[in-house]
Amino acid sequence: MTKLNREGLAKLRAEAKSAWQARATGTGAQIIIGMGTCGIAAGAAKAWAAFEDEIAKNKLTDVQVLQTGCMGLCYSEPTVEVRVPDMPPIIYGKVDAEVARRIVRKHIVGKLLINDHIYDRPAVDAFAEKAAGKK
Amino acid sequence: MAFKNYILVCSGSNCDVKRAAAVHDALLKEVRDQGVENEVQVLKSGSCMALGQCPGVKILPEETLYVNVQPEDAATIITQHLKQGRPVARLLFDRTQTSKYFPPDVTTVHQKQLRIVLRNCGVIDPEKIEEYIARDGYAALEKALFQMKPDAVIDELKKSGLRGRGGGGFPTWQKWLFTKKVAADQKYIICNADEGDPGAYMDRSTLEGDPHSVLEAMTIAGYTVGASQGFIYIRAEYPLAINRLNLAIKQARERGLLGKGILGSGFDFDIELRLGAGAFVCGEETALITSIEGNRGMPSPRPPYPAVKGLWEKPTVINNVETWAAIPVILLKGGDWFGKIGTATSKGTKVFALTGKVNNCGLIEVPMGITLREIIYEIGGGMLNGKAFKAVQTGGPSGGVITKDHLDMPIDYESLAKLGSIMGSGGMIVMDEDDCMVDVSKFYLEFTVDESCGKCAPCRIGGRTLYNLVDKISKGKGTLDDVEQIRTIGLAMRKASLCGLGQTAPNPAISTLKYFETEYLAHINEKKCPAGKCRDLLTFYILPDKCIGCTLCARRCPVSCISGDRRQVHVIDTVKCIKCGECYQACKFGAVSRT
Amino acid sequence: MKNIKFEINGKAVTVKEGTTILKAAQKVNIKVPTLCFHPDLPAWAACGICVVKAEGSGKMLRACSTPVEEGMKILTHDPEIIQVRRTVIELILSTHPNDCLQCPRNLNCELQRLAAEFGVRELPFEQRLRNLPVDNTTGSIVLNPEKCVLCGRCAKVCQQMQNVWALEFIGRGEKTRIAPAADVSLGESPCIKCGQCSAHCPVGAIYEKDETREVFRALQNPDMHCVVQIAPAVRVAVGEAFGFEPGTLLTGKTYAALRQMGFKAIFDTNFGADLTIMEEASEFVERFARGHGELPLITSCCPAWVDYMEKFAPDMVPNFSSAKSPHEMVGVMAKTYYAKKMGLDPKKIFMVSIMPCTAKKYEVGRSKDMFSSGQQDVDISLTTRELARMIKSAGIDFANLPDDETCDSILGNYTGAGTIFGATGGVMEAALRTAYHMVTHKELEDVNFMAVRGLDGVKEATINIEGKEIRIAVAHWMCNIETVLDRVRAAKKANGEPAYHFIEVMACRGGCVGGGGQPYGADDEVRRKRAAGLYKDDRECGARCSHQNPQVQQIYTDFLGSPLSQQAHHYLHNKYQAKPLYRK
Ligand SMILES: Cc1cc2nc3c(=O)[nH]c(=O)nc-3n(C[C@H](O)[C@H](O)[C@H](O)COP(=O)(O)O)c2cc1C
Ligand code: SF4
Ligand code: SF4
Ligand code: SF4
Ligand code: SF4
Ligand code: SF4
Ligand code: SF4
Ligand code: FES
Repeated sequence: MTKLNREGLAKLRAEAKSAWQARATGTGAQIIIGMGTCGIAAGAAKAWAAFEDEIAKNKLTDVQVLQTGCMGLCYSEPTVEVRVPDMPPIIYGKVDAEVARRIVRKHIVGKLLINDHIYDRPAVDAFAEKAAGKK
Repeated sequence: MAFKNYILVCSGSNCDVKRAAAVHDALLKEVRDQGVENEVQVLKSGSCMALGQCPGVKILPEETLYVNVQPEDAATIITQHLKQGRPVARLLFDRTQTSKYFPPDVTTVHQKQLRIVLRNCGVIDPEKIEEYIARDGYAALEKALFQMKPDAVIDELKKSGLRGRGGGGFPTWQKWLFTKKVAADQKYIICNADEGDPGAYMDRSTLEGDPHSVLEAMTIAGYTVGASQGFIYIRAEYPLAINRLNLAIKQARERGLLGKGILGSGFDFDIELRLGAGAFVCGEETALITSIEGNRGMPSPRPPYPAVKGLWEKPTVINNVETWAAIPVILLKGGDWFGKIGTATSKGTKVFALTGKVNNCGLIEVPMGITLREIIYEIGGGMLNGKAFKAVQTGGPSGGVITKDHLDMPIDYESLAKLGSIMGSGGMIVMDEDDCMVDVSKFYLEFTVDESCGKCAPCRIGGRTLYNLVDKISKGKGTLDDVEQIRTIGLAMRKASLCGLGQTAPNPAISTLKYFETEYLAHINEKKCPAGKCRDLLTFYILPDKCIGCTLCARRCPVSCISGDRRQVHVIDTVKCIKCGECYQACKFGAVSRT
Repeated sequence: MKNIKFEINGKAVTVKEGTTILKAAQKVNIKVPTLCFHPDLPAWAACGICVVKAEGSGKMLRACSTPVEEGMKILTHDPEIIQVRRTVIELILSTHPNDCLQCPRNLNCELQRLAAEFGVRELPFEQRLRNLPVDNTTGSIVLNPEKCVLCGRCAKVCQQMQNVWALEFIGRGEKTRIAPAADVSLGESPCIKCGQCSAHCPVGAIYEKDETREVFRALQNPDMHCVVQIAPAVRVAVGEAFGFEPGTLLTGKTYAALRQMGFKAIFDTNFGADLTIMEEASEFVERFARGHGELPLITSCCPAWVDYMEKFAPDMVPNFSSAKSPHEMVGVMAKTYYAKKMGLDPKKIFMVSIMPCTAKKYEVGRSKDMFSSGQQDVDISLTTRELARMIKSAGIDFANLPDDETCDSILGNYTGAGTIFGATGGVMEAALRTAYHMVTHKELEDVNFMAVRGLDGVKEATINIEGKEIRIAVAHWMCNIETVLDRVRAAKKANGEPAYHFIEVMACRGGCVGGGGQPYGADDEVRRKRAAGLYKDDRECGARCSHQNPQVQQIYTDFLGSPLSQQAHHYLHNKYQAKPLYRK
């Protein structure tokens, strides 16, 4: 891989930013699983498998399963953020395999939220704010 | 087809369930009555969202939060907010009170938290450098390398007021300046990721969620003080963090963000991992350094400080993971921006691992100056099972307890120290009426006794003696003289131990003794544990007027010491009873009692 | 270097930058108690007894390790400081066996003294002993970890001063203990028996193996003809146990004490030293002037060094002088030459050597070469400390003994060259004095070689004998030897000129005057004084070169022939071999 100089970094950042933006504005849905130690210990990997399986079963093509670190909601692990175009991003907690399947069927396909598993976004972060401020 | 709005109603285990359910039903009915059931979904959330003002109702996507909502308010919410687009002012959560902690450019406030250190945790994929870069990653490094002189970097840190998050709270800029000023052919940068306090996992989560932020900051430090090599000392029990760090280092090297001539500048810097065997004392900086050097991890006297004579006798900057992770933000947003957050002496945010008897345990990042009450009752969702708050332990085994009298004190380094506790690295354990303070101090002493490196006499011997004294008290065998000995040994350990471990090891005992002396005295004089925790002081017995003879307790008892025929009053043989509490938990009629 | 001004107990003091609070306090005669600190070693700062207060800081500082800073206001004593120190002492005592009466350090123990100074009258805290076993597998030194206060001195000495790494901390927290490396027994460890650990231990946790009872028993045995010899360094140190200044030359009193105890003959290891020089200097001349054998020649009179070499540097075997150490020479001569002269059965001779050294206890049975008289040449080797105890228990009023008692000259007469063997550089100097004579057949005008004296770790010099340059090196403290050996190795590898021609090594700092068996409390000042006592002895000797010793000349005429003769080889030389570091 080529080493970046300043221009290279600027270019990479521009690309990365637009890819990041595309995630928010694109047509696909994303399932972002908290894959920190606590999440994994609580069964995040099982939830992941269930998501993949249910997505396949429903023949969904425009859904990505992604990972991230700990969201801080340790009492509700595994936590998963679900982003579906035209719907508010939602953080689900205590997502076991069964809940994962429900999320695919009901939230992603059915555009309805799931009772009893929605958790408050824990915080705003300094950078999201900056990005928002720019808009 | 997606709905226009979603209405979330509080329904956490800690919520005011009845009222919340009523509000939920009222809203549901209202939605139907007003004919918007195809535009609006009403749901029960999974947690309390009302920050202590339950029940709360949140309207998505606009994230409007209503608190203290009554069923009667349902109609207004639907009509006024959803149909006419005018929020119901009287129910709105008062954000002015929350936002006093936040810098002016941050307007959206969630949960009274502000994520600077954890900005990327739970947001980006930690295994993709592109996502870090998309979120302005490595922009601070670029800025430092091409637009700032080393002194300017230090200046920015000085303006930020950032102090070490590893426990000591030493101003970061001063450390860097000391190291920079020493002339040496080689200097080193170390990230302390040894994190060993029981119940603490701030650093682990940061590294797992955002490894590049630490790499970037260390590189900036290398540039600032003139070092070309960094080490991350991380405990081997953190395999995921280690994997992600290794991956991040590899990616950064491939991209030329580590290695020779970073970003085309003339600056070289590289980072290696060093795995620690997990001794708590190896988190102490001098012990950590000897451990990297391949020797037994025992602390050594300071001065010389690592800034002057550190790794392999070379000037060394050593900072904590959380300290590192904050630095890129400080450079990008400015030291002044960071310095506006917090109190006069303690700036910025602090990450805490909130655990114990609160509903919402978790990793939180809050502005300095927030009160314990806000953390426990709002962010933490209040006490578990509605039990009474008793105390909170900050600073782990090095800290002390803070009682309800001080719930409203703004948290910063100085105020915690004044109360006999410390900020520590960020463990925060909430205790309720069922927690016995003698038992708590025993728990921490057991930890420090186990973790003492054994180098110095006060800690090595005093720690064990202290533990045995507290243990004796917890068993009802203590005397008033023992309390005096605890104080005497505590003083000697604080003053004559070599490193922070021994110096602070008596804190839990001394501080519980200070605030809960009567509880100690109850153990000593009345041979009673008021919290019902110290087994040796408990007696289990069955209340004859409540016992219906269901036999459940007898079946549960592991030593079969409960006798009684079916439908007859049962009796516990207190001599044989091992005080496991099984029967107490089992009885559905409250017939098993303990004193 | 910058001067630092600060205050201590209200007194203004100025010291050099980097001076510790402890040193500064000593300078103005303020005594801060210490336990783990030893002036030979960098402060390990373990015990916490030396704590003091600095105005404006809530913490207490360790005086032994904290350098003073400009403007500091130090308080060394107040009720709180004293209470903290006392508590620490009481805590230490709570894990310490309370049996001073049976302890080798009774009346000479730093912990005992602290307890006395603080007036400890009761043990307030729960007593917890560890019940650790005693290790007496070396035959030289004994490790009793139960008495150990974990001051760390022995480990630091063994690792940093001696570079042997035979001792280390094992375990953590309250289970921490001092143990031989890898937790084997000391006898199986790389320990070279130098005894420096025992000389530095503040308490009775590492000490010499006591063999005084065996000696008393032999003295009581009417069938035994007990003879004794004293090493050079003993005469300038034994007095310390009786209130004399270090370095006071007490040869006569020591002879007198030994006579009173009942030894039939008093010999002097200094005679043996002269004999050693005859052999070693001849060996040197053989190699240097005649090219027979490898250069450099390396001295071998220190058994700890020999043990070190056999374990850590066996590539040096060909460079080692095969001459035995002086006391072994006296031992074998006593059981052959002297026995013959006196018509004694050598089996009935009981040879005791009084040494500054614990390693000699090991040396006496080191190899079959130590039995060249037909039985063990030296039966028992006692340390200076053991001698002092014997004198005391024999009820001898040492201070008032005559100074003019003489030894039995047959194996006792010595020159100045023999006596300086006890100080670093002394063997080299003595050898040079005689080598010069052997090469030139002339006598030196000035026999003093100042360049090899003093406490520098490695002393190098070039000596000119009749236009020929002799490069020499003198090292003491085992930690200093590797640099010298590395130079030798580099030169060997390059196949060129040897790095040196002659090297002297002594394991102990200062040489035998600082030996592991010497009276407690040695620091550099004491070492210097003891060495000065030996150089005074040297100056006062009529003859100052070994070849001038008439008894030495006599023994060659009567018995050995000439240096390096077959007879001399048989009795006075020995062999070396590589040894594994860990024995199992
Ligand atoms: C017993 C003990 C354990 C410590 N453990 C840690 C640790 O796990 N992580 C850490 O960052 N600092 C730890 N510290 C503090 C470090 O010694 C040091 O102050 C810190 O790494 C400096 O970084 P900072 O200035 O960023 O806080 C510990 C200190 C003591 C006395
Ligand atoms: S205080 Fe405890 S952990 Fe720290 S050096 Fe002393 S014995 Fe070791
Ligand atoms: S406390 Fe445990 S042992 Fe005692 S009676 Fe109840 S169940 Fe049995
Ligand atoms: S070591 Fe010292 S204090 Fe301990 S028993 Fe021996 S003499 Fe007494
Ligand atoms: S005698 Fe010497 S080598 Fe042996 S343990 Fe003691 S200091 Fe180390
Ligand atoms: S054996 Fe002696 S010198 Fe070694 S640590 Fe123990 S007390 Fe100190
Ligand atoms: S230097 Fe002397 S006292 Fe020390 S070990 Fe060698 S011979 Fe013994
Ligand atoms: S003498 Fe200073 S700590 Fe022991």
